[in-house]
Amino acid sequence: MKRASLLLAALLLAGTALPAHAADAADTPATSPSGDFAVTGATIAIGDGSAPISGGAVLVRGGKIVAAGSDVAIPAGIPVIDGTGKWVTPGLVTAMTDLGLVDVGAVDESNDSYGGTARFSAGLDVSLAIDNDAPPVAVSRAGGITRAGVAPVAANAIFAGQGAVIDLAQNGPGTVQPRAFQLVELGERGADLAGGSRVAAQALLRNALREARELSQHKPGKDSKNAAAAEPAQPGDALLTRVDAAALIPVVAGKQPLFVHVERAADIRSLLALGREFPALRLVIVGAGEGWRVANEIAAAKVPVLASALADLPGTFETLAATQSNVGRMTAAGVKVALGSFYDNDQPRYAPQFAGNLVGLSRVPGATGLSWGQALAAITSIPADILGQGAVFGSLKPGLAADLVLWDGDPLELSSAPVTIFIDGRPQSLVNHQSRLRQRYRHPGEEGLPKAYE
Amino acid sequence: MTRMGSFRTIGRTAAHVLAGLALLASPGAGMAETKAVPTTPVWQENPYPSTYKPYPGEPTAIVGATVFDGTGGEIAGGTVLLKGGKVVAVGDARLAVPDGYRRIDGTGKFVTPGVIDIHSHLGVYASPGVQAHSDGNEATSPTTPQVWAEHSVWPQDPGFSRALTNGGVTSMQILPGSANLIGGRSVVLKNVYARTVQAMKFPGAPYGMKMACGENPKRVYGGRNTMPSTRMGNFAVDRQAWIKAAEYRKKRAEGKLTERDLAMDTMADVLDGKILVQNHCYRADEMAQVIDMAKEFGYKVTAFHHAVEAYKIADLLRENGICAAIWADWWGFKMEAFDGIPENAALLADAGACVIIHSDDANGIQRLNQEAAKARAAGRRIGIDVSDGQVIRWITLNPAKALGIDKQTGSLAPGKMGDLVLWNGNPLSVYSRPEKVWVDGALLFDLGDPKRRPVSDFELGLPGEGDVK
Repeated sequence: MKRASLLLAALLLAGTALPAHAADAADTPATSPSGDFAVTGATIAIGDGSAPISGGAVLVRGGKIVAAGSDVAIPAGIPVIDGTGKWVTPGLVTAMTDLGLVDVGAVDESNDSYGGTARFSAGLDVSLAIDNDAPPVAVSRAGGITRAGVAPVAANAIFAGQGAVIDLAQNGPGTVQPRAFQLVELGERGADLAGGSRVAAQALLRNALREARELSQHKPGKDSKNAAAAEPAQPGDALLTRVDAAALIPVVAGKQPLFVHVERAADIRSLLALGREFPALRLVIVGAGEGWRVANEIAAAKVPVLASALADLPGTFETLAATQSNVGRMTAAGVKVALGSFYDNDQPRYAPQFAGNLVGLSRVPGATGLSWGQALAAITSIPADILGQGAVFGSLKPGLAADLVLWDGDPLELSSAPVTIFIDGRPQSLVNHQSRLRQRYRHPGEEGLPKAYE
Repeated sequence: MTRMGSFRTIGRTAAHVLAGLALLASPGAGMAETKAVPTTPVWQENPYPSTYKPYPGEPTAIVGATVFDGTGGEIAGGTVLLKGGKVVAVGDARLAVPDGYRRIDGTGKFVTPGVIDIHSHLGVYASPGVQAHSDGNEATSPTTPQVWAEHSVWPQDPGFSRALTNGGVTSMQILPGSANLIGGRSVVLKNVYARTVQAMKFPGAPYGMKMACGENPKRVYGGRNTMPSTRMGNFAVDRQAWIKAAEYRKKRAEGKLTERDLAMDTMADVLDGKILVQNHCYRADEMAQVIDMAKEFGYKVTAFHHAVEAYKIADLLRENGICAAIWADWWGFKMEAFDGIPENAALLADAGACVIIHSDDANGIQRLNQEAAKARAAGRRIGIDVSDGQVIRWITLNPAKALGIDKQTGSLAPGKMGDLVLWNGNPLSVYSRPEKVWVDGALLFDLGDPKRRPVSDFELGLPGEGDVK
């Protein structure tokens, strides 16, 4: 039953949601409106790859991190949250999701992640459709996700369109940065979209980059007799619409990252060659299921990767060499790797479990996992960095947004869950559809009145 | 499927004739070429019998481990003895290790029964997931009780090895998909690679029959403008099939059948209690309707699979003795999954209903222990505390019971199959992995020994062959 959707979603991720463990509004701590507070006595995990610090503190002022670690002076008068027995991490960051584009994945009317008959591709801009009230946003927030990249799914062309970066704050503006990256398919999916072969996909991509470059270089000439003619037109043999070509101008100019979904080693090599051909491109590899086989080449090219943590099946002919050691081996080779999610039921809220598995993998002979600090970084600071937001959020370094999650135990452990969440220093509700159902059905019997009155 | 031609005659030798019902089998089905074999027109109840044989093992004693026995029990510093492919004894530190046993130090480690997945499509939707491997849904008619999943299973699915080495899975039920209201027969396998499906079949396991409620059948057939296109259509088609099956069963019992019907054979066997109904059903209200349908026609539902709303009717499931086979916390991917909650398992356990954690997924089957742990943790946060031992039962003895194989496996009791996992830490921790896995007393995975790591035919000579996965 899920097969079809698995295949479809294998292209990308479906982000959706988190369990609503944590308690509801009652747990929201008192903080001053200006976002000034401190958490003390907690285990602090900075998110930059370092090991957690026990008995530490975090100081927040004006919605920003002032200090975090073991020697944090707490000014008098600052509201203090007792973090004894708790862990504090940065809010989790998932670099590619469909959060805000989907209410229920299989309900077409509610799903804006792709449109098979849309007339545009690269020009699509998901920021215009993001709905911060979509149920998966609240469920993901309750799982500790505070920021996410939102990507469209390629449906009618190799270009999926322009993704955005959002925060998951309740009632928040949602979009932090529109048009944060362009996404293109160059593997099996790209081949299919291009007409049936990777060769065609490569030709389409190169042509598109050329058309964008030409469009960017177009200067209104002497034939411009009126304002309308000053608008650059696409030549008669152009394959892209003007909107799509224009959207690729920042990609060609290196102002907007180009996320490229490829899995197999040969496709990665081919992509790295493209990078040499178009040196201005800011490439990010999405997928890289066989990335470990060319890890040194990826590292040398300084191309970051969004990889699935636990894919270890030859699910396609482009992931024959898949192994859970992929992320660890690439990281060890010096590649900047963040965990992505690439299947429809791998929702962003599973990121800590995936990261924890990679820590467990480090105890397996012959396998390569991550240290605890690296694993947390792979779901916080590294994805933030890849999204171009490393100076804005993603760790507990001074000056960054105070996106904090307080956990009731080791954040990567299965028994743990967020108990309190802040975004930009503001406490967030953990109430969602699931938490309300949980309350209603704590005892299944009906007494006095139907469940609908509870 | 040339495979069928090769093994058809093997199955005939061991089959037995259904008592009192030697019927004329319809000729054909390739029988013409088997000239040397007398085409005795008998009705074979078990025409594709298990040829599974345990591999040799040595007498083994695991000493000093925390033992979760599968029934809910926990023994600190426990000892488990394996010999002759069976569990010989389980006890605490006082249990002596007889001479001749290989002694394994289990200090700091954990032992559980082999993990059992009651809902897998390994083999019928094998990796790589190309169209040529899409053998799980005979989506050409809404009721296909005549198809048998074992005739689709590809025993070289690379997924079997990951389920063993990362998940500690030693037995599993392979089901047809959910496109159809009645999808066909399931098959229970031991997770031991073999050249044939028959050599993977769990000896003596009853068959299951896959049924499905809800969105999938009505979408698949409604999309073709054929019945069913609605939930009421789903029930109408089901009920009509049961009416026909009841009639067939009656004639069969009276020896009055003039023609054999494969589909009706399976359904009549359900009515006779020989085949267990494994029913995909998400919504609480639909499960309640199915329970009434089962009463209407006199069959029993053994387990509701994907029962994301089971928590809403935990009392009803308990009263009817039906297990809920569920994911820990899959949510929201389709309309009928919108009310899924992570506390589902804990709420069911709290109400005294039977809980099984299943995968339905070639990745999820590698982490059933973790899924169970997550489900337990969600319960703890609302004040429902299920012990480690009981949580392990969700992935061992409970699925064994719902598969009808609990006399042979699913718990660590003397005389049961030597199916067990030695974990390098508590299996309910994200940091733990199977260290060794025995199936019928044979060591078939060892974390430290690359020679005890299965590699499917498919992977030979391809990138990644023999790598850690």
